[in-house]
Amino acid sequence: MNGMNRIPVREQDPKVRASNFEEVCLGYNAEEAMEEAARCLNCKNPRCVAGCPVSIDIPRFIQHVKAGEFKEAYDVITESSALPAVCGRVCPQESQCEGKCVRGIKGDPVAIGKLERFVADWAAENGVVPEVKNPKNGHKIAVVGSGPAGLTCAGDLAKLGYDVTIFEALHEPGGVLVYGIPEFRLPKQKVVAHEVENVKRLGVKIETNVVIGKGTTIDELLDEEGFEAAFIGSGAGLPRFMGIPGETANGVMSANEYLTRSNLMKAFRDDYDTPINPGKKVIVVGGGNVAMDAARTALRLGAEVHIVYRRSEEELPARAEEVHHAKEEGVIFDLLQNPTEILVDENGWTKGCKIIRMELGEPDESGRRRPQEIPGSEYVMEADTIIMSLGTSPNPLIASTTEGLETNKRGCIIAQEDNGKSTKDGVYAGGDAVTGAATVILAMQAGKAGARGIDEYIKSLEK
Amino acid sequence: MYKILKAELIADKIYLMDVEAPRIAKYCEPGQFIIAKIDEVGERIPLTICDFDREKGIVTIVFQTVGASTERMAELKEGDFFRDFTGPLGQASEFVKDDLEEVKKRKYLFVAGGVGTAPVYPQVKWMHEHGIDVDVIVGAKTKDLIILEKEMEAVAGNLYVTTDDGSYGRSGMVTAVIEDLVQNQSKKYDVCVAIGPVIMMKFVCLLTKKLELPTIVSMNPIMVDGTGMCGACRITVGDEVKFACVDGPEFDGHLVHFDEAMKRQQMYKTQEGQALLRLREGDTHKGNCK
Ligand SMILES: Cc1cc2nc3c(=O)[nH]c(=O)nc-3n(C[C@H](O)[C@H](O)[C@H](O)COP(=O)(O)OP(=O)(O)OC[C@H]3O[C@@H](n4cnc5c(N)ncnc54)[C@H](O)[C@@H]3O)c2cc1C
Ligand SMILES: Cc1cc2nc3c(=O)[nH]c(=O)nc-3n(C[C@H](O)[C@H](O)[C@H](O)COP(=O)(O)OP(=O)(O)OC[C@H]3O[C@@H](n4cnc5c(N)ncnc54)[C@H](O)[C@@H]3O)c2cc1C
Ligand code: SF4
Ligand code: SF4
Ligand code: FES
Repeated sequence: MNGMNRIPVREQDPKVRASNFEEVCLGYNAEEAMEEAARCLNCKNPRCVAGCPVSIDIPRFIQHVKAGEFKEAYDVITESSALPAVCGRVCPQESQCEGKCVRGIKGDPVAIGKLERFVADWAAENGVVPEVKNPKNGHKIAVVGSGPAGLTCAGDLAKLGYDVTIFEALHEPGGVLVYGIPEFRLPKQKVVAHEVENVKRLGVKIETNVVIGKGTTIDELLDEEGFEAAFIGSGAGLPRFMGIPGETANGVMSANEYLTRSNLMKAFRDDYDTPINPGKKVIVVGGGNVAMDAARTALRLGAEVHIVYRRSEEELPARAEEVHHAKEEGVIFDLLQNPTEILVDENGWTKGCKIIRMELGEPDESGRRRPQEIPGSEYVMEADTIIMSLGTSPNPLIASTTEGLETNKRGCIIAQEDNGKSTKDGVYAGGDAVTGAATVILAMQAGKAGARGIDEYIKSLEK
Repeated sequence: MYKILKAELIADKIYLMDVEAPRIAKYCEPGQFIIAKIDEVGERIPLTICDFDREKGIVTIVFQTVGASTERMAELKEGDFFRDFTGPLGQASEFVKDDLEEVKKRKYLFVAGGVGTAPVYPQVKWMHEHGIDVDVIVGAKTKDLIILEKEMEAVAGNLYVTTDDGSYGRSGMVTAVIEDLVQNQSKKYDVCVAIGPVIMMKFVCLLTKKLELPTIVSMNPIMVDGTGMCGACRITVGDEVKFACVDGPEFDGHLVHFDEAMKRQQMYKTQEGQALLRLREGDTHKGNCK
């Protein structure tokens, strides 16, 4: 063992997991974690920390893991992060903390994410919870949305002594963590519900089933319900469609619908009422994390699944690990192809899809080579289900019902990056609602910034 | 948890419930809907708001049992709870937002079919409360399926009840009554609001198009979240695709693509049928058909 390679993490066998919803990655046990932690060089100027949007003191927690002091490790992590069991699982570590790790220059970077996950899971299994020591300051703050941005902002404010209430439109808190990311990547009960419970333990109240902007508005929360400031973390849930013929046929749906049925409504389980159309042959259009999740869900529900993406493998926006897992499980990738029309049978059901082949031309504004159609290359792929995974944008509901809250032309709420301040006094915002669809950890970073901004704002009022 | 304060069978397979939901009662308007979820394993069921009491914090819903979820809902009694009850969702009816003086100048005709009488009721009541007399047609298959007749009588200007089989009131479909009022009785209307089964709304619209009577319908596609997040509720209006839960549920009936909407409603039919069988036959059926 020369320390160049990381300790491998145990995973469910691809053949077995392709037909169940159990977690794919099994995580480290204590010995494996301690062994992996020993690879950390405990750098004086840890580059990994700079790569973590919430600046977890990575070397310090890892040193505790190395020594088998898991509770101490947990305390270090929870100083900075309210959702370690989530981040350890879904952060794009390869481009963040681990991407910067010096160990990565000549070998594998330290498995920071897997270690973080181990510590969080250990804490959950051993009943260790974040310490609560909040001197109540009596100020009431409203948080809209219970995704990573809202949960983080609420948790941080509660730690500072604020009386925080989260308003959530759906019947379960968690945002994309409950309705979007599937069970096999992020277990809902064991991980998400547990971390939400930890946020509640800090004193945060969560009111579900309240759609802010329909009925109660931000203005009413501030003017009538006694809240002194509000944080908007309402995400970017509005799905896009392609606008091609046949798209309203039965069997065509957004990835959000497919995933919401399966995750939030638990349609994959026999004992839940909500139906899902699993499909026999499914086409997923798109190449991001969301497309991978939809494809792997369809696979588990028994379908043959094709990912149709208009650029090449190199441009796939999904995390490398997800693409790798999808391939292992048997998802078929049809790259450099794009649907042009959905074919519909006489009962209004999808029977196939007209697809045109693409080639890559000159780079566009994003720096990626622009895909262009190859004339005359159209062909028909049979399919009974087509899942559109073309990205999402913020829901206009809150901005359109809040006086003085401005958005940019993409519909994103305008807010300052360092403190979440919006164009309206006392209103702060962050996460996907501000940036458009991004990542869990960036939403958490924005939630932290918002909490800081609100704290400064309330203190400025007291002067 | 949302307490059921009253649960009544008001006609064959049609139930009325009063539910304690102060946040919704405070803000809801005619035309909007709620989503109810019975328990942990339940579906999210969209239902139009039939009535509300802002002071007491009560919302009234009326529903017909058509599938597994509504059957399960029918078993709930006074004192039971819904685990979740969200709203108000969707847009309020246009006249609520329009200038009242303008609304007062218009002559309205409301057409209700079957359980669609429930969503029509708060609209007619609103008109009544604002001093506007409107004509209301209520139609049902047969006498036993007429609901809210007394309530409607109290708020409507003129009420015309009809049954398909002639067992009560007039005889024939609601479209026959519209024709009679407009053609034989020379009534003039500026706006028609038609709510009922999609097939009824389709035929009302075919007729009112001929009569050049602008018509608003309330669409009830399959929904999941009801907040604009999934697109399950897409319907085509003119040449645009709309999300009924946020853009609607009320739309210009002359532009709605009804045939597509009816096909989309069938989407989960076989699966729902299985869920219903499971519910009725219990364990003897479990797992065999999924
Ligand atoms: C399928 C899928 C897979 C993903 N995979 C990854 C991954 O592997 N790694 C990663 O880092 N990121 C991933 N992402 C992205 C990541 O989940 C999001 O960037 C992140 O969740 C954004 O957090 P947020 O708090 O801003 O918003 P959200 O998580 O979207 O939460 C917003 C919440 O606000 C609620 N809300 C909205 N409007 C209102 C209103 N008017 N009133 C009350 N409540 C409201 C919503 O119901 C929702 O619960 C994935 C996203 C999806 C959809
Ligand atoms: C905005 C909105 C408002 C609504 N308001 C009301 C209301 O006030 N009262 C009420 O009774 N219902 C209303 N509905 C319809 C109601 O939500 C459905 O009847 C219910 O979800 C059916 O659930 P289920 O599981 O019992 O039946 P399912 O198992 O879903 O349905 C069984 C079968 O009935 C068909 N079906 C579905 N909806 C309807 C419908 N509306 N009419 C006839 N057949 C249907 C489906 O095609 C399905 O195959 C509304 C729907 C929407 C979207
Ligand atoms: S939160 Fe994410 S980026 Fe930060 S250390 Fe953990 S896995 Fe890395
Ligand atoms: S950069 Fe890598 S080796 Fe250095 S402290 Fe961070 S994790 Fe440890
Ligand atoms: S029900 Fe999901 S977008 Fe309308």
